[in-house]
Amino acid sequence: MTPVETAEVQSAITDAFQQEWGRVVATLIRLTGDWDLAEECAQDAFTKAAERWPREGVPRRPGAWLTTVARNRALDHMRRDQLGVTKLQEAAMLNPADEGTGVEEVPDDRLRLMFTCCHPALALEAQVALTLRTLAGMTTPEIARAFLVPESTMAQRLTRAKRKIRHAGIPFRLPPAHELVDRTHALLAVLYLLFNEGYAATTGEDLIRTTLTDESIRLTRTLCALMPDEPEALGLLALMLFHHARTASRVDAAGDLVLLEDQDRSLWDASMIDEATSLLDAALRLHRPGPFQVQAAIAACHAQASRAAETDWLEIAALYATLTEMVPSAVIELNRAVAVSMAFGPAEGLALVDGLAERGELRGYHLLPAARADMLRRLGRSGEAASAYEEARDLAGTEAERRYLERRRRETSV
Amino acid sequence: MRYVLLIAGDENASPSEDVTPEYVEWMKMVTDRGLLQGGERLRPTSDATTVRVRNGEVLSTDGPFAETKEQLGGYFIVDCKDLDEAIEVAGKIPGAKAGSIEVRPIWEM
Repeated sequence: MTPVETAEVQSAITDAFQQEWGRVVATLIRLTGDWDLAEECAQDAFTKAAERWPREGVPRRPGAWLTTVARNRALDHMRRDQLGVTKLQEAAMLNPADEGTGVEEVPDDRLRLMFTCCHPALALEAQVALTLRTLAGMTTPEIARAFLVPESTMAQRLTRAKRKIRHAGIPFRLPPAHELVDRTHALLAVLYLLFNEGYAATTGEDLIRTTLTDESIRLTRTLCALMPDEPEALGLLALMLFHHARTASRVDAAGDLVLLEDQDRSLWDASMIDEATSLLDAALRLHRPGPFQVQAAIAACHAQASRAAETDWLEIAALYATLTEMVPSAVIELNRAVAVSMAFGPAEGLALVDGLAERGELRGYHLLPAARADMLRRLGRSGEAASAYEEARDLAGTEAERRYLERRRRETSV
Repeated sequence: MRYVLLIAGDENASPSEDVTPEYVEWMKMVTDRGLLQGGERLRPTSDATTVRVRNGEVLSTDGPFAETKEQLGGYFIVDCKDLDEAIEVAGKIPGAKAGSIEVRPIWEM
């Protein structure tokens, strides 16, 4: 085989992994009821593909090929262990006996798997880890690095979660109708958490964390395909893409954060913004508003302004007011205060921020003094602004944020 | 799958002597659905005695094995399809409103 062909096979395997891993695992879990066996067999199928595809060529339908190989592997295993005779028959019935050619239609079990991974009886951190392992196919060491915990901790977290699923009888199925809204929201929240974990990472050492962004977008795309009438899923995907489109302009050459208003908008990914815009339109046409759609609409206001000065802050302030009603949260109120300061002037914004500070819910949250500092600066109260920047800097969680706030403090002090 | 639904609550909050109509209704619901396998109400922890064996010696002390804000006040055993069904019936136990219900899968031997 020529090197070009080898590269093609390699990329086919990579694509298949990204697109089919979750599907293969989900099908195997349904057939065997055994999460560890499902992962093991999926892994075997991909290993086999890496051996055979370069020699025999990439099968016409890689997903079906992988599922068939993985399932046969599971059948062997179950026969050997004499496990669950009913399960065995069920799995065997789906066997078209032509291993490797893979022609049968396999139902998509990924939605069930998503809901099971994000079952409220599991701890949030376990939901996140399970989703990345079983649906996105990230390895345990990768997930551990992404969440900055020791590998053994992550391995234990995954083992415990799978054990609880088995022992406590967490079902592998879609939630009942009366729970669908809440459970869907919980699922979307996990995907958004993944996105934010990846999005917050900006520096080289955090590179593994940026894969979380890609994985969360891929998973949300899958969810949108599986639940096409769920406006909040579309809204979340739009929101992610509006943010992701700005990636190239968020950090400067020195690795420092660039504020939205200072970003080079020519670096924004216009086609991604277009896609996000049409997703949001599709969501809004379903006439079931929700917090992710509102947040996407806010992101759209930013993305669609060709210059920072053209941002429609009146609209953004109004959207934040709507969002505050939907999800009461001090962080959202802080964002609203910033929008109000842009739409109606820093004095109006400052009154809201001071009110929030008095309530104390955001104590220790660096963005409150940072927003306050900015408003004080715009009001010409430099001394107070400088000390607010200092307070924000001392509370900030990442080095890039500390550097940015320190720079602002120095600029304000002179 | 069988689950024990452990009902915990503040036992000092005016316990009623009789089984309340809400509990009668709940038990009828789970019985009609064929889920209920058993259950009992427990006397308060002030009537409890804790027994330990240390160095071969039986030691008994007054009170429960742990002093907590919520005490175990009773339990039900239900046979459910899966955890979702167990959570659903647990959420309808009257005691869930003021206290809490711990859903524990039975370790079948």
